Amino acid sequence: MDNRVIVVKNLIKKFGTFVANDNLSFDVFKGEIFGFLGANGAGKTTTIRILSGLSSPTSGEVTVAGINASKKPEEIKKQIGYMSQKFSLYEDLTVKENIMLYGGIYGLSKSLIKERTDSLLEKLNFLEYGNKLIADLTLGLRQKLAFSIAVFHDPKIVFLDEPTGGVDPITRRQFWEMIYETAARGITVFVTTHYMDEAEYCDRISIMSEGKIVALDTPENLKKLYNTATVEEVFIKIARPVNN
Amino acid sequence: MTDLLSQGCPEKQNSDPEMQMQKIIESVDISKAFGITKALNDISFSVDESEIFGFIGPDGAGKTTLFRIIATLLRPDKGEMKVLGMDCIAGFKELRKNIGYMPGRFSLYQDLTVEENLNFYATVFGTTVKKNYDLISDIYSHIEPFKKRLAGKLSGGMKQKLALSCALIHKPKLLILDEPTTGVDAVSRSEFWTMLAKLRQHNITIIVSTPYMDEAMRCDRVALIQNGLILSVAPPQKIRDGFSRKLFMIKAHEKYKLIIALRKYPDTVTAYPFGDSVHATFADNHINESLFRFLSEAGLSNVTAVETEAGIEDRFLELMQNVR
Repeated sequence: MDNRVIVVKNLIKKFGTFVANDNLSFDVFKGEIFGFLGANGAGKTTTIRILSGLSSPTSGEVTVAGINASKKPEEIKKQIGYMSQKFSLYEDLTVKENIMLYGGIYGLSKSLIKERTDSLLEKLNFLEYGNKLIADLTLGLRQKLAFSIAVFHDPKIVFLDEPTGGVDPITRRQFWEMIYETAARGITVFVTTHYMDEAEYCDRISIMSEGKIVALDTPENLKKLYNTATVEEVFIKIARPVNN
Repeated sequence: MTDLLSQGCPEKQNSDPEMQMQKIIESVDISKAFGITKALNDISFSVDESEIFGFIGPDGAGKTTLFRIIATLLRPDKGEMKVLGMDCIAGFKELRKNIGYMPGRFSLYQDLTVEENLNFYATVFGTTVKKNYDLISDIYSHIEPFKKRLAGKLSGGMKQKLALSCALIHKPKLLILDEPTTGVDAVSRSEFWTMLAKLRQHNITIIVSTPYMDEAMRCDRVALIQNGLILSVAPPQKIRDGFSRKLFMIKAHEKYKLIIALRKYPDTVTAYPFGDSVHATFADNHINESLFRFLSEAGLSNVTAVETEAGIEDRFLELMQNVR
């Protein structure tokens, strides 16, 4: 395949009569930071669940890391990392135990886990926290760790579902620097956020409304197209139909 | 980004002059610890009637603990908390009738319908939905078409509107909103703040916490809170004015490379990504040719730099750095 890591063609997902994803088509490239935006209830989570092999499309063609999502959803899970604000780590396990658990689930050898754990803790300035319970860490530290664990097995793509909700502005910025670094390593970052300033950090963004993608381009081009100064203004213009 | 949210902040409604003297909240040296974690450290502030008073700070700053003390749900270890002229401990029974509290976590009955939840809260407070419908009609009308739906089946934005309706149904004098917009999209956030501004017309005082700096602009006054300490209390415009250096907005084709390069530049004091640009401060408070030369040698093209006005987030970042 070319350098497309996600290929979506005419994706439709229905729950009963409700159309959650209405004929989506888009591509995401290797090493790209792709912002997946939309109002609450626009259908973003449904798409992410399909892209990560947790749900299958009603119709359409979805390929993730070269794997067909309808035929081999289990295979996709090995190729991706996932982190959300709501759930990321086991609070009653220590930092090291969490790393070991995830490393083991993804089938890394013990020696490789040990080696990567040491370098990860050092890189994050986390050496003193190795044996601390997750419950004792601040949200900011947890989120940084959760992200590192989501890319611990060198996935092709990492999905981040509102990774920075409620995090302080300094940590939020450090988090984005980790995202940049990861993308520079060739890992595709697929991210949702409600912080519209963060949307500006993405290479390209899509905006979803009522199950459809209503805009997809670089932040710069979208601002030009809608003649606005910020992505937030673009979002407010198009993310939601009137009277909802 | 602040521009959209800063619109429509109406002037404070005047009530009769005697009432204006009353402080709705007076907090004196409030401290609270959980084990060895100090959640609040000598917190002092006061809130006037009909004010929208914001607490801006990250997760873990102590906002929820403070709100729970004000809502009479938690006792402080030390200090005095007076709400509506009453002590929060001695007067808790009376106070609860006059406070509306919307906790951060959705805490309505998921297995009751929208309508049942609202009726339940009205009944608990000895009133009826009909009696105070005026107060909530603006908000409730958005979810009324779904009144037979279970609360657990509502979308995030609708849950938020129902929770606000339930917190208001007994016509409280003080409304406490703990991160009402976390996880809510930008359009709904903006709408929510428009609703809050309208509530002021009913002489309801509102304290509200949020991690979104832009929302601060819609408050009358804002307290920046971090690690259990209040860093600053002022009208939002004043907080922005507190920024101590000249701030420059720098853009280049490759943002990440630009941040890295700016941090390496010897005169740089701070460099933070801000939307599509980098906000930076420099030791001598100005930029010159050597910066452009440095950035160009770092391989950056299309570099522009202009002085810009600090926003509330810039000031918060500055204050946070001093605390750390």
